[in-house]
Amino acid sequence: MRTLRFLLQKEFRQIFRNPTILRMIMVLPIVQLIILPLAADYEIKNVNIAIVDHDHSTSSQKLIGEIGASRYFSITDYGSSFAQSYELFQRDKADLILEIPQNFERTLVREGHENYFLAVNAINGTKAIVGSNYLSRIVNDFNANLRLQLLKQPLSTPPQAIEAAAINWYNPLLNYRLFMVPGILVFLITMVATYMCALNIVKEKEIGTIEQINVTPVKKYHFILGKLIPFWLIGMLIFTLGLFIVARLVYGIVPVGSVLLLYAYLAIYLVAMLGFGLLISTYSNTQQQAMSLAFFFVMIFLLMSGLFTSIDSMPTWARWIALANPVTYFIEVMRMVVLKGSGFADVKLHFFAMLGFAIVFNGWAVMSYKKVSG
Amino acid sequence: MSDVHVENLVKTYDGGQVKAVNGISFAVEKGELFGLIGPDGAGKTSIFRMLTTLLLPDSGKATVTGLDIVHDYKEIRSHVGYMPGKFSLYQDLTVEENLSFFATIFNTTIEENYHLIKDIYIQIKPFKNRRAGKLSGGMKQKLALCCALIHKPSVLFLDEPTTGVDAVSRKEFWEMLKALKAQGITILVSTPYMDEATLCERIALIQSGSILSIDTPQNIIKQFPDKLYSVRSDNMIRLINDLRTMPEVTSVYSFGDHHHITLRDNNLDGLLQELTEKGHAAVDGKPIEPTVEDCFIALMKNANN
Repeated sequence: MRTLRFLLQKEFRQIFRNPTILRMIMVLPIVQLIILPLAADYEIKNVNIAIVDHDHSTSSQKLIGEIGASRYFSITDYGSSFAQSYELFQRDKADLILEIPQNFERTLVREGHENYFLAVNAINGTKAIVGSNYLSRIVNDFNANLRLQLLKQPLSTPPQAIEAAAINWYNPLLNYRLFMVPGILVFLITMVATYMCALNIVKEKEIGTIEQINVTPVKKYHFILGKLIPFWLIGMLIFTLGLFIVARLVYGIVPVGSVLLLYAYLAIYLVAMLGFGLLISTYSNTQQQAMSLAFFFVMIFLLMSGLFTSIDSMPTWARWIALANPVTYFIEVMRMVVLKGSGFADVKLHFFAMLGFAIVFNGWAVMSYKKVSG
Repeated sequence: MSDVHVENLVKTYDGGQVKAVNGISFAVEKGELFGLIGPDGAGKTSIFRMLTTLLLPDSGKATVTGLDIVHDYKEIRSHVGYMPGKFSLYQDLTVEENLSFFATIFNTTIEENYHLIKDIYIQIKPFKNRRAGKLSGGMKQKLALCCALIHKPSVLFLDEPTTGVDAVSRKEFWEMLKALKAQGITILVSTPYMDEATLCERIALIQSGSILSIDTPQNIIKQFPDKLYSVRSDNMIRLINDLRTMPEVTSVYSFGDHHHITLRDNNLDGLLQELTEKGHAAVDGKPIEPTVEDCFIALMKNANN
């Protein structure tokens, strides 16, 4: 115990003397947590639309007015021909082109239906799909109103037979940040824990101090605990800063479920991820190697964790990778507890999975650490 | 009883392709100052790393203070001090913090063994609050020695302690080693500098993982088989080329501002005359006492033949 105390003392001294590490611990997570969720927004706004109106009738003007009134669209151009607007497409100035044919109003009134032409710039796939969906919705509403007005048709035959009304549970306003902030917080914890732990140990290898320690009676588990405990505490601290300062004060996110449960899960999660960092350090001899290796894995962890894209919509093989990814579980637990208020029984399996990760990573790391230094 | 006993120690790298240590045996007596002398890549560091239990040998046996380096490695670690060739203390901790850190992990305190390091530590004490990374080379080396000594080791392993250190500090360092030896500590030191060999009590000359000779420096010099001469002239490059072509010269190599040669019939005057006839001016030659380096070169030549 005495040895461990001195190892910890030494470790904290070094951490607090390194201004870069301090900045990384305090400033980076807070700044990132404020910037990332604001930018990483799925809501498609500012779809640029170019309109080619060949009709110039009251109806077409009304339609255009409604599109312009929508907060999703900004009308960038009124063209006189499709070819002209197409140029805007090519210059990426427009995402959609709406072409309203001649005699739009007349045909509409007389024959009860009319076609319009919509061209979609699909380079940004999501924007294209969402944009054209928004537009169809506007046109449908417009259509329904028009029929009411022009034909004075009573609603004996309702325009739509079944109308579904959806209520959003747990996130009634579909506030994107409510969903992203907890996820990004998990990701930041992952990054800081893995990188700092791996780099710290490899640095001792690079400088040669690890050999100096190895010729002392310090036991391996002392040395490893001496490395894990400080970063475990730092992880806890960053999480607390993120949850109470940024999430609560900046975004007004208050976990519905038990904060204690979150911390319990975080405690195991940190052991697992620090073990992963340790594992990386046993396979690297220089900080550069450790950095590349950690970057590779953290990148995969991030993209396959369900942070940005839903795991359910991944192909089967990718879903298996996501299942073997510790970040997936914590992000799920975070979202379940913060948004939904899930209790321990709901996340029991997640707990077991994370315990498994902790045992595998640390066991593997300790075993290979022994082998290398023989 | 010998404090360090090495028997047929073998270490290979890259799956046996590189033989770093090739069946080496030697023994170091208690309280002895023993030197491993050899050029870079001779295998000195590998031997040290095996004896300090940082590296497992492929085969062979070695004991340190009677403990086996493979089976009793944990026990050995409490009894040896190791100062690696590369400075490897915590650069972001101060002098005093480094020292007290290494004292505490050996379950001791600076005060307890202060008498051992006093003479050395006193020189770096004015800088005790300076971070180790900001020390000069000579001071770093003194600090490293203090850290290796603070737990009162029975055997001290110093791997190339004087490499990259200026001449004055080197001299000082050897004085420190003598003082430590007087305290009864067994010291194993390696160095690529042949001129430091005479400062050891006994030396082992190592080349390509094998020992060429083990003895006191004086005996090694005595065993030099031939008479040695040094010669010089106004054109040293032409001189060495000419000497190499002369049949009566059995060996020749450049040694600072002289060439060292051995002769078949020991007729120096005849040789000098011959050189003058070949057009060399200011030809000068005299018999000299061989140094350890001369012995090393002679032994290396024999080993290669």
